[in-house]
Amino acid sequence: MAKSNITAMHGAHAVAHAMKQINPDLLAAYPITPQTAIVQTFSQYVADGVVDTEFVPVESEHAAMSCCVGASAAGGRVMTATAANGLALMWEIVYIAASMRLPIVMSVVNRALSAPLNIHCDHSDSMGARDAGWIQIYAENAQEAYDNTIQAIRIAEHPDLLTPVMSMQDGFITGHGVERVEIVDDQAVRDFVGTYKPAHTLLDVDNPATYGAWAFYDFYFEHKRQQSDALSKAIPIIREIGAEYGKLTGRTYGLLDTYEMEDAEMAIIVLSSAAGTARATVRGLREKGVKIGLVKPRVFRPFPTEELTDVLQNVSAVGVMDRAIAFGSMNGCGPLFLDICAALFATGKHNTKVVDYIFGLGGRDLVPAHIEQIAKDLQSIASTGEVKQLVNYLGLRE
Amino acid sequence: MPNMKATWKEVSPGGVVHEAGNSVEYITGGWRTLRPLRDTEQCTHCMICWINCPDSAIIVENSKVVGFDYDHCKGCGICANVCPVKIKKPHSYTGEMGSVIQMVPETELE
Repeated sequence: MAKSNITAMHGAHAVAHAMKQINPDLLAAYPITPQTAIVQTFSQYVADGVVDTEFVPVESEHAAMSCCVGASAAGGRVMTATAANGLALMWEIVYIAASMRLPIVMSVVNRALSAPLNIHCDHSDSMGARDAGWIQIYAENAQEAYDNTIQAIRIAEHPDLLTPVMSMQDGFITGHGVERVEIVDDQAVRDFVGTYKPAHTLLDVDNPATYGAWAFYDFYFEHKRQQSDALSKAIPIIREIGAEYGKLTGRTYGLLDTYEMEDAEMAIIVLSSAAGTARATVRGLREKGVKIGLVKPRVFRPFPTEELTDVLQNVSAVGVMDRAIAFGSMNGCGPLFLDICAALFATGKHNTKVVDYIFGLGGRDLVPAHIEQIAKDLQSIASTGEVKQLVNYLGLRE
Repeated sequence: MPNMKATWKEVSPGGVVHEAGNSVEYITGGWRTLRPLRDTEQCTHCMICWINCPDSAIIVENSKVVGFDYDHCKGCGICANVCPVKIKKPHSYTGEMGSVIQMVPETELE
């Protein structure tokens, strides 16, 4: 195992530190709360000369992602960071980065989208980008945000994938919360990420190539099918890289994290920092004999259908927690709920009752009493088989 | 020539085109409704059409205009419009007076 150093850091600083160790060829970013802490810290590393990175302080997020696309096509290892409206402004180029199969790594510090204007955490920003063709990884705490950033480089640049990765952490809750973070030795990180060796690059004048060409009705469809296939190959690759990282650090990563699921009759599914609150509450409920467990998907894109349906196979009632609304979808539910329902239905698990809980929008607090309420509802659903309300709201004034 | 029958497993990842200058293989002349026709005897090979053609569709060999690249000519008519040579006898194809290059509807041609 590699040497490591335990330190106190907030999540944004932990990601900036990982970026420093990765030492990318280029980083283009525009500041936006709560991501600013990442780019501000990293720009200090650039000013101090401790990284070799070309830092491009662009005029907008649209320019940031455009700059990343050009630099990545030119063969560089490229990173950026954003949040909320910044990610929304990138929109057009976010899709282009994925379609051009450019292994850009973007750190997203989740924040609510306007309006009303809000700087606090929810997942409306990255959930809106869920169909953009990027791999999406969600971190529960600063340690995971750090670890995921390093692994994201290897995942994105895997020759079978060449697909950009979005690495998320919760704005303020994780991003600005100081936690214990185990920082891996610089050289060990450098060896783990290695050197990016693209098969072809824009600046290789001896082997000229065209990037971003058009394709009409005669070719576009084939390119999209191929892009979708590449994402479907990501599951075993993410697992392999998570295992290799485990050998290096003692922290092995898979697609999901489960807690007390072995004999669980009910399950709560939630992404990111809220999993901590849910885990602590589940522990307390277990002590009272409630057969409930927790599933925290780490990877949301590609959706780990098989792993999720396997872990839920003996569960009769599931409470999904969504920190975003998929506006206009079934009963105004959240995006995680939609995918869980689809996965259970398509794999023939029609008898599992699933309910959705929208929570934490715009940074609204989630407290253990909310998780206890879910457990109470699930116990009632498990015993009666009856779902009173498909989509529920936690901590909302009604 | 790109493989026009390439399956989704065979197309180039990310749509990168590895053959330099292969846009010549992409036939776009089918968009044309008017075809430029040149009176070869009365042409002075002044190259004004060659300079102005936006699609590099005027074929020149040994400093002489030898014809049009109809696989890529869109029939925009710029060549006919800029042709400065006023012919002294009727055009070899249209029988009209005017310039060396004249536009003829594709529907009137075989």
